[in-house]
Amino acid sequence: MLFRYLFIFLVLLPVKAFALIEVDITRGNLNPLPVAVSPLAIDKSSKENFKKILKKENLGSEISMIVENNLKQSGLFNPLNKEAFLQEAEIANLKPRFEDWNLIKAQALVTGKVTFVDDKLRVEFRLWDVLAGQEMMALAFTTVPSNWRRVGHIITDKVYERLTGEKGYFDTRIIYISEKGPKTNRIKKLAIMDQDGFNNKFLTLGNELVLTPRFSPTNQMVTYLSYFKNLPRVYLLDIETGMQEVVGDFPGMTFAPRFSPDGKKIIMSFAKDGNSDIYTMDLENRIVERISNHPSIDTSPSYSPDGKYITFNSDRSGYQQIYVMNSNGKNVKRISFGNGLYGTPVWSPRGDLIAFTKLHKGKFYIGVMRTDGTGERLLTENFYQEAPSWSPNGRVLIFYRETKTNAKGEGFSAKLWSIDLTGYNEKMVETETDASDPSWSSILSN
Amino acid sequence: MKLSKTLKNGFLILVASIVLTACATQKKTTTGQLQGDVYTGSDSVEYLASGVPDRVFFATNETVLTTASRETLRKQATWLRKNSDINVVLEGHADERGTREYNLALGERRANSAKDYLMTYGISSNRISVLSYGKEKPVDSGSNPLAWSKNRRSVTVKAN
Repeated sequence: MLFRYLFIFLVLLPVKAFALIEVDITRGNLNPLPVAVSPLAIDKSSKENFKKILKKENLGSEISMIVENNLKQSGLFNPLNKEAFLQEAEIANLKPRFEDWNLIKAQALVTGKVTFVDDKLRVEFRLWDVLAGQEMMALAFTTVPSNWRRVGHIITDKVYERLTGEKGYFDTRIIYISEKGPKTNRIKKLAIMDQDGFNNKFLTLGNELVLTPRFSPTNQMVTYLSYFKNLPRVYLLDIETGMQEVVGDFPGMTFAPRFSPDGKKIIMSFAKDGNSDIYTMDLENRIVERISNHPSIDTSPSYSPDGKYITFNSDRSGYQQIYVMNSNGKNVKRISFGNGLYGTPVWSPRGDLIAFTKLHKGKFYIGVMRTDGTGERLLTENFYQEAPSWSPNGRVLIFYRETKTNAKGEGFSAKLWSIDLTGYNEKMVETETDASDPSWSSILSN
Repeated sequence: MKLSKTLKNGFLILVASIVLTACATQKKTTTGQLQGDVYTGSDSVEYLASGVPDRVFFATNETVLTTASRETLRKQATWLRKNSDINVVLEGHADERGTREYNLALGERRANSAKDYLMTYGISSNRISVLSYGKEKPVDSGSNPLAWSKNRRSVTVKAN
């Protein structure tokens, strides 16, 4: 008898602890969680003040729309139509009437409040479990009003983390190449935008060809390839100050740059006399080291997040394939053995996977494999697509896709796309112009 | 019923094979500008001087010079020996069917195989510089094998 009671008690406890909602992001989510994002409450004088500074009629609802859009884009959440909301924003934030939210089938509820305090923007927000009738999280922070879009992204990151158990990726930026003009004479510019496509800025004028920008995983530095004065070289750019410089003094083309995980080195290819090998340059002491030494083409290097290994592609087997080596260039091992050609390997920030581009029978695929080459999984197939870049939490890949032209050579376009690691939730990322070579920043608010 | 089904299937296969052979032969006749998949036509070709073509073409993923390419480069070498004040840039290119970074390396390798050949015909290496554009500057915007063959090239450009 006693045993039975004890048993029931033990089973009940964990069930109760798990009653709070949770979203599983490890599988394709075909039933996104219904969530209500209430407009953030705002008092009259704060509203007037923000309107004066930011030209936004109601900052509270603007910020909630950012959160709503982010959650929707993630594919894991289904934000409910605000017109169905029964409760006023201000009252909901104090104490929601859960029956009302339950009625419209919301399982989670986000409420909050923005105020204008000492020329700053103060925001507080809460996440509620509607079914359990409990508060799951409450946070408040203060920032400059011009950061209002970031406030929406930070709230989304917190909500996402609380509900999925993993870090978000919303308070981030994408650096990419903006493209214009006919295919035979493209004008390319370095450009940057928020992860949701807002705040787009051009960083170069388009006078010289620029390619493959990559964010530092630790700060707001970018490395990219520029054909300035017709000398293709790797450059380093501080996007806060606009300062830029050539990386290393190489007597030939340097390309395919990426940062080391600590942001202190740049790894890249250097091409000389028809041979491309992999080199690193230490950004502090400027010491250049040769990492690979093989008469084949070795390029597209990418470090593992612990900095111990490097993955790259090489045609030393006769065709382009993916390899892994120690960070000192020793112990080179081929890891791609499927049919077709493999390129652009990028190590996941979680460390467990390598994303790649695959070319097989005239089709291009974006896929992932384990770091020993097993468990290859192709996520998407198209006429042309390449260059995956990981979201900082390692759950989403962004890449670019080009269209096939018609018989007259017309109809070319290049666009950014994103897809979940699960292979679901594939969508085009809106950009002002055509776009390619995307690279995801780390989270800004860390 | 069963027989007619078998017949029908057989017929489909027959039709399919006719269509396929038609395609195969058509390819050969309409793309007379290709040998293997190396471009042999003169579309997009410019001349450094009368009778001296400015470019050579490559097979997919290849950097080896064909017989025709070597002949073009010998003409270029002869012309360069006569015009010893002229320096050149060899611009190497790839088609759009490869990843961007690999194609940059491939373009560099193609331009260098042209450079090596010019050097064996007595042109000093300090008169020749090499510049790879990868797949960034196609001459033909088509997404078809003929267009790609024109884009896999090394072009000799006067530098002064």
